[in-house]
Amino acid sequence: MDLIQKELLEEIAGLHEVPAGAYNIRANGKAAARNTTANIDIVSKEDKPGIDIIIKPGTKKESVHIPVVISQTGLNDLVYNDFHIGEDCDVTIVAGCGIHNSGDGLSQHDGIHEFFVGKNSKIRYIEKHYGQGDGKGGKVMNPKTIIHLDENAYFYMDTVQIKGIDSTMRETDADLKAGAKLEISEKLMTHGEQTAQTQFSVDLNGEGSSANVVSRSVARDDSAQLFRAKIAGNNACAGHSECDAIIMDNAKVRAIPELEANDLDAELIHEAAIGKIAGEQLIKLMTLGLSEEEAEEMIISGFLK
Amino acid sequence: MLELQNISYLVDDDNKEILRDINLAFDEKFVAITGPNGSGKSTLAKIIAGILKPTSGKILLDGEDITDLSITERANKGISYAFQQPVKFKGLKVKDLMSVASGKTLDIKGICDILSEVGLCARDYINRELNGSLSGGELKRIEIAMIKARATKLSVFDEPEAGIDLWSFNSLIHVFEDLHEKTDGTILIISHQERILEIADRIIVINDGLVEKSGKGEDVIPELLYKSSMCQKLSRD
Repeated sequence: MDLIQKELLEEIAGLHEVPAGAYNIRANGKAAARNTTANIDIVSKEDKPGIDIIIKPGTKKESVHIPVVISQTGLNDLVYNDFHIGEDCDVTIVAGCGIHNSGDGLSQHDGIHEFFVGKNSKIRYIEKHYGQGDGKGGKVMNPKTIIHLDENAYFYMDTVQIKGIDSTMRETDADLKAGAKLEISEKLMTHGEQTAQTQFSVDLNGEGSSANVVSRSVARDDSAQLFRAKIAGNNACAGHSECDAIIMDNAKVRAIPELEANDLDAELIHEAAIGKIAGEQLIKLMTLGLSEEEAEEMIISGFLK
Repeated sequence: MLELQNISYLVDDDNKEILRDINLAFDEKFVAITGPNGSGKSTLAKIIAGILKPTSGKILLDGEDITDLSITERANKGISYAFQQPVKFKGLKVKDLMSVASGKTLDIKGICDILSEVGLCARDYINRELNGSLSGGELKRIEIAMIKARATKLSVFDEPEAGIDLWSFNSLIHVFEDLHEKTDGTILIISHQERILEIADRIIVINDGLVEKSGKGEDVIPELLYKSSMCQKLSRD
């Protein structure tokens, strides 16, 4: 890997060197490094680009890193990664994609991640998207995440896209069996003329299943965001979605939450709020000695932390 | 020392004069401003902090004209301002704000010491977000802690007792007694509470945008209490 790729890797996965445990590093559309463990196997797909990550039942306190870095301009990288997670696991999965585009061609990464999570398993899934490079070529990422949770499985997804991606269509679908629990935290910031669409669709199929989808975003300059979240309650279940957006400059934000109750005991709530930074917050920080710009930065970085 | 010279404040909409030709100088350690609701006290505090600009008049800090300085510039010259309604922030923690307040000079221990001084168990609060999960009393104490962390030459408190239950208020009095004892600068506090007025070296009564009376507690408080009891009697009759 070259220096730019290493820098991207550090930005998206916090990795300075090869991580401990299982990993698969993909650079410019090709596998760059891979490690498997006794409990976690990684196998290349035969029929299409991508990998299968197979985690044995009972695997606990292990991690898998599968970062993707692209530093070649004009590369369109499409990848299918499937995670087969056995029962009673407790595993952290770190994905993420970094694009450095200093050329004129469009660099694009479309990652499709599908999770099959076994009964009683606990998964922490962290993904970070980041773009850099001052070429005229666009940096596009369209991550799609599909999550199937078996009975009493727990899935926490932490997804962040703060900088440098020109256009993104983020799609997350989930279906939950009895007692399963899904928590999603999304942090998004767009600037310049970027566009971001994010779409969640959750089916609460099993009795006692629950989902909490929380998105915080900041739209600056001339950027535009669209947030959609649909939660369907098909059993006695609890669902909550929240979109909280700060709008600045000439940006535009649309939020379209949707709830569908197909069972008398489905309890579903949505909240959506869009607004500029409150004037009193700026004034408070200014009375502590910050300039207006410093106050703005502090409010935004806290909001997206 | 803070001086207000001929300060007036006019509201554009209905041409109402909120403050009329106020002349005051503050060189005592602890000055309380009191007066009926709507008399212009909070407006005066905001004018001192730079949040509102006076329609006319001058503000001097240690002889320097600060009338045209921004909120930030005044803060950096040594003016602190505690909000009547503390501001909430999503995602910012107590320690983040305390660190900004102290100009990043305080480490975690220093922040904890100040939180303890305002009656908060520091360990429980330092990593709390300054959001709606904190009660009105807790937010108020954190607001006061920020002013203590700044330790500037002038600290303005706008009704620190507002929105606080009686139980919290009793311990808050001790915080202000302690501040009075330890401060090197001037504390200017807007309050309706007799017990806060009793601590003050001087009490200023503002009514209808004018300074109605200014003097030591023993001269001003009996008159205020007499007026208040007359009002109660009149409303009963």
